[in-house]
Amino acid sequence: MNPIRNDAFLRADGRKGIRNTVVVVYLVECAHHVAREIQLPFREADVHLIGFGGCYPNDYSFRMLQALCTHPNVGAALLVSLGCEGFNRRGLLQAIRSSGRPADTLVIQETGGTRSTIERGRDWVREVKRQLEATPRVPMAARELVVGTVCGGSDGTSGITANPGIGRAFDRLVADGAVCIFEETGELIGCEQIMAARAATPELGEILLGSVAKAAKYYSVLGHGSFAPGNADGGLTTQEEKSMGAYSKSGSARISGLIKPGDVPRAGGLYLLDVVPDGDVRFGFPNINDNAEIAELIACGSHVTLFSTGRGSVVGSAISPVIKVCANPETYRNLSDDMDVDAGRILESRGTLDEVGAEIHRLTLAVAAGAQTASESLGHQEFVLGYKSFEPIGPACHPTYAV
Amino acid sequence: MCVIRLSPLDNIVVLTRSVQAGDIVEIDGRSVSMPQALGLGHKLACRRIAAGEKILKYGVPIGSATRDIEPGEHVHLHTMQSDYLPTYTLDEARLFKGAR
Repeated sequence: MNPIRNDAFLRADGRKGIRNTVVVVYLVECAHHVAREIQLPFREADVHLIGFGGCYPNDYSFRMLQALCTHPNVGAALLVSLGCEGFNRRGLLQAIRSSGRPADTLVIQETGGTRSTIERGRDWVREVKRQLEATPRVPMAARELVVGTVCGGSDGTSGITANPGIGRAFDRLVADGAVCIFEETGELIGCEQIMAARAATPELGEILLGSVAKAAKYYSVLGHGSFAPGNADGGLTTQEEKSMGAYSKSGSARISGLIKPGDVPRAGGLYLLDVVPDGDVRFGFPNINDNAEIAELIACGSHVTLFSTGRGSVVGSAISPVIKVCANPETYRNLSDDMDVDAGRILESRGTLDEVGAEIHRLTLAVAAGAQTASESLGHQEFVLGYKSFEPIGPACHPTYAV
Repeated sequence: MCVIRLSPLDNIVVLTRSVQAGDIVEIDGRSVSMPQALGLGHKLACRRIAAGEKILKYGVPIGSATRDIEPGEHVHLHTMQSDYLPTYTLDEARLFKGAR
């Protein structure tokens, strides 16, 4: 094993983290302010705020928070409940504790209200941060990494610089033995046959086709087509061409499986994350913004997310660092503080796709080894979680586990 | 240099900046005069493509030529079309066979 670092954070469940974060978790919007106040003095000390705003229980949001609170980058979790919301706080606390992490719940209605809950919460965080200093530190190899990718604020340059550059980085990471995850089946309409041909088994190929068909149906009910007249002005001629631009983030490796939010792949390889809910259209848009997708990639174990942007998104994320790969050289000059990789330099003959791919790969390993990303250093810790519903995946979704 | 080839398999290249009519663009060592202005992202043939032949970008087909295309010629709505069958408009039940 050739380690990328010798001081990764070993969790009691055996998984390894690249950050040692405490999460403060509101379990309903009514507890958001108290949770934020608890976190505020520690916001530059690896204490992040996440949560779920809804009052009514939902299996998906429970599963998401469980996966996030037991993510390898998370060392401990403090749950903040108002007291009367529908969220299963006992189940979540039990799940976090059984992963070996310190965890506790403060119920505002039982703790004397806002002021005393904030005080108790800050004391708890201070104490648990002391405990986390003793987290065992161990070597970690590239093949133990989970890396996700997403695009947001795309423009005409995204599909020719940043996205294929990330694809080349993914090829290198898959060769290292890492888990790589791409997503947004709604943007893959038109290249599902090409994608299915890359599946590890014919059965998985059928499942990949089905996931894109589901997305097409879901978005058409919402009244959203994928190919717009403006696309042709930008030089895109066909639906399959447009989708290939987004799909090129996946690189060229064999596709090892299909997962859904909260499923953590158990073996290295390339995975498609199906983010579109199962069943009838409910709860509106599958993901209301880019951060909802990033949260799902993290719930699938992503230690790092590679974010392709043309127009210039500035976001980061709670829990796992986001590397921003800027597709457009003008945007890079305009927002250079927010960007990690100048992939648009390809358009100005200052680099090739292979060089950009190699740089993204190197930077991913450096960030995994502890280097800060632009959004981390600027304090970005975005997080959002909404309602959804999913059916569990079947054994044919991850055929490579059987061998 | 103002074009990029996204895969060695491709029969098109992509403009990396906008060009004006009369500009000279180098494609695989061949100088081509642009008959019209084109924006970043538009495609030019990097070899002769026969009618019916697949247009390859990212190393995969993104449609087929609707007529013979000369090297350096603009590849767009007037010279190619989609091969994509929007399968999702067919019977959903059949499509979900095998999928969960």
